[in-house]
Amino acid sequence: MESIAQLLRLIPKYEAFPQLVQALLPMLVSCVLIFAVLALAVLFAVWLERKVSAHIQDRLGPMYVGGWHGWAQTLADALKLLLKEDIVPASTDRILYKMAPYIVFLGAFAAFVVVPFGASSFVTDLNIGILYVVAVGSLSVVGIIMAGWASNNKYSLYGGMRAAAQIISYEIPSAIAIMAVVIPAGSLSMVEIVNAQKGGIQNWFVFRNPFIFLAFIVYFVASLAEVNRTPFDIPEAESELVAGYHTEYSGMRFAFFFLAEYANMFLVASVAATLFLGGWTQLLPASIAPQILPGPVLFFGKVLVLIFIQMWLRWSLPRVRVDQLMYLSWKVLLPISLVLVLGVGWLAVDW
Amino acid sequence: MKAEYSGEVMTLNMGPQHPSTHGVLRLELKTDGEIVADAVPHIGYLHRCFEKHAENIDYAAVGPYTDRMDYCAAMNMELGYVLTVEKLMGIQVNNRVRCIRIIMAELNRIASHLIAAGTYGNDIGSVTPYLWCFRDRETILDLFEETCGARLLYNYNWIGGLMADLRPGFEKKLVEFLDYFEPQVDNLNRLLSDNYIFIQRTAKVGILSPELAVSYGVTGPNLRGSGVKFDVRKDEPYLGYQDIDFEIPVGKGEHGPVGSCWDRYMVRIREVKESCRIVRQAVAQLTPGDVQESIPKRIKPPVGEIYMRTECPRGELGYYIVSDGGLKPYRLKVKSPCFTVMSAFREVSRGAMIADIIAILGSFDIVLGEIDR
Amino acid sequence: MLTYFRNLGLGLVTVLNSMGVAWRHLFTRSVTLQYPTVKWQMPEGSRMRLFNKIEDCIGCGQCARVCPTDCITIQTEKRGKDEPEIFASDGTVIKLRTYVFDIDMTRCCYCALCTFPCPTLCLVMTGAYEYSVYDKDEHIYHFAKDKPLTIKAPKVLSTDKA
Repeated sequence: MESIAQLLRLIPKYEAFPQLVQALLPMLVSCVLIFAVLALAVLFAVWLERKVSAHIQDRLGPMYVGGWHGWAQTLADALKLLLKEDIVPASTDRILYKMAPYIVFLGAFAAFVVVPFGASSFVTDLNIGILYVVAVGSLSVVGIIMAGWASNNKYSLYGGMRAAAQIISYEIPSAIAIMAVVIPAGSLSMVEIVNAQKGGIQNWFVFRNPFIFLAFIVYFVASLAEVNRTPFDIPEAESELVAGYHTEYSGMRFAFFFLAEYANMFLVASVAATLFLGGWTQLLPASIAPQILPGPVLFFGKVLVLIFIQMWLRWSLPRVRVDQLMYLSWKVLLPISLVLVLGVGWLAVDW
Repeated sequence: MKAEYSGEVMTLNMGPQHPSTHGVLRLELKTDGEIVADAVPHIGYLHRCFEKHAENIDYAAVGPYTDRMDYCAAMNMELGYVLTVEKLMGIQVNNRVRCIRIIMAELNRIASHLIAAGTYGNDIGSVTPYLWCFRDRETILDLFEETCGARLLYNYNWIGGLMADLRPGFEKKLVEFLDYFEPQVDNLNRLLSDNYIFIQRTAKVGILSPELAVSYGVTGPNLRGSGVKFDVRKDEPYLGYQDIDFEIPVGKGEHGPVGSCWDRYMVRIREVKESCRIVRQAVAQLTPGDVQESIPKRIKPPVGEIYMRTECPRGELGYYIVSDGGLKPYRLKVKSPCFTVMSAFREVSRGAMIADIIAILGSFDIVLGEIDR
Repeated sequence: MLTYFRNLGLGLVTVLNSMGVAWRHLFTRSVTLQYPTVKWQMPEGSRMRLFNKIEDCIGCGQCARVCPTDCITIQTEKRGKDEPEIFASDGTVIKLRTYVFDIDMTRCCYCALCTFPCPTLCLVMTGAYEYSVYDKDEHIYHFAKDKPLTIKAPKVLSTDKA
């Protein structure tokens, strides 16, 4: 954010603006920037999902819109959703119904302010970075319950309740798996954690010891459940509950739910890349190879690989039932993550 | 999990339009949280008065209507009707007609089971098998299109023979398809049937005990999934099935109690492989001949009544025809296997969760066209 | 206790198995046909829209009689004795003037039962499948070209099947 503040000083007579404006403007600009990056990334991710799913299923996917392999398909879909009639069912709770998509999106968007995209490309360096991410990420539960309740529809209610149970249960193993990284790094700040992994692929946390490798797997699985992706997409189980908590939404509000889901996907992939895969650090140490690729490019490359694995899982696995989902979280992932933290702590102590 | 009413029962309607009821079926669920206390099926949304209509048209014209009952396995529907009328009239068909009828019926059995497997995977959440099964089914439909010109509703089996002979090159394409297709079933098993998540969803759910199945009159893969070894092709052979060597897969309860959804689904997948065997033997038994030589000039059965049953992909299909000696049937009644299995649905689904209701319904593999006629 | 770990291992192994199958399919050829730029080659005996070569039609009405859905309407009158004899292309003499030969494709069930009893094989099912229209009446195809000469009540041959 410092660089943005410096850039803003180029505006003529910037010093003459009131202090409040000078304090708020960099924040506003960086938020808009994050939103722009997120929107572009989501656009790309939706297209990628459709292409990956199509090729796994032996078909072609979008080919027509925009010429080369239908790259503009998502743009066309977003435009179409914007132009649709804004239907608010008469028997819904209007305020909650209208607010719900934005709160779900907020849960993903607000966490991006601490994610470091590059050595100095981050909005802010909170010293409680990762704790803030976990806390803000659970805001989306409130939005989902609001959507389920306000729709005044039994199917939506089912979807909302299931989603709440699912997300809350899976936050615990994911947070404990994060602890397995915080211990060797010695700090909650995301920038510190990335700096602790500098110097090549052997320094990445995921390759340092087997406990952290398993913690990566636990975090990945738990984060799939956080984002409501198959095999954990019960809240939006298309074949059971029509569309779950977003049954009654249409047009731009539905587009916002969609955007929020993919933004959440990006968030958990970014957090996993930052904590376990070294964030923006290079693959090879500076002594062997020149550091040609800039940090943000490497960061997005890692995030892309993780997102591809998420999509690959979605199209090869069936859905898990609700009680089996709870079993997985409480009886499998939680004990394993506790054992892993124990292991990491044992290894970290200077015996 | 057995349910007990806690007093707060919510009525949830899985209406006629739903992504997972295989057709227009209305399920009225009384749920207590996630557990279903009662599931009442309401049918009749696709009733088209087929049996009444058959009383007003000639015997030969009833053929296209029988196609439209179970549109996923139209050859078997036609076959049942045609065999019934031929038995009433005492017509014998030659070997070529017999072999081609077996080939078409078994190919359609494969196609129908592919739909069942694909849509079942879709209901459980795995979308990919659906696309793969339909891709394989396309080759079968292309074979049908080459022979009789239509892909889904054929009117190919006629009383006394067939509509048209096989085109040259059909046997070669058929054997090519079978050689390509049998490894694809193993692929499907690796993706879906042996998947731990799928087994957990289906192997302890929807237990239809053999006694219950027999008492409700369930037949076909649903009955064989419960361990009862009964197949009309083996027990009351028609069309020369006694000369063909094939096994009848039966559910053994490999991952849970016998009669679970997984058993029924697996019986269908194994039947696909057995059908491939049958088709290969039928192709080997083909002899040259004229497929239209036994077709009578006017189809006027003698006075009498007859009931004939055949094995369609969904169970035992029965046709009951009462003839008064005229050109049109006096009464035509169809015993539909899916109808009997829906009557067992209510008891099987008590105490299941909502997700399990979908799994049970999918494993019964119903087609509403056959239930409602 | 042991089953717990066994189930866990089994779960992981089968999940990786499924993922492997899906991965291999990423690289197989897709089977999509990009219609309408690429069109499927219809096989020879395809049963799509009906076509009647009216010059060969002798007006017997067998096709209308056998149709299960009554989609063919035929109205004929006897040709006068003083009119010149006309023949179909296979030599059969045409004794009736067909002045109405309508096929309603919205009622047709594509069973092809009408094409078999035709004595001159003038009624065929073609491979034309792209015939969507905006007005349902355009699906009634009028094949007859002649006009009726007499004004007496016509003998309708299709809907009266009693």
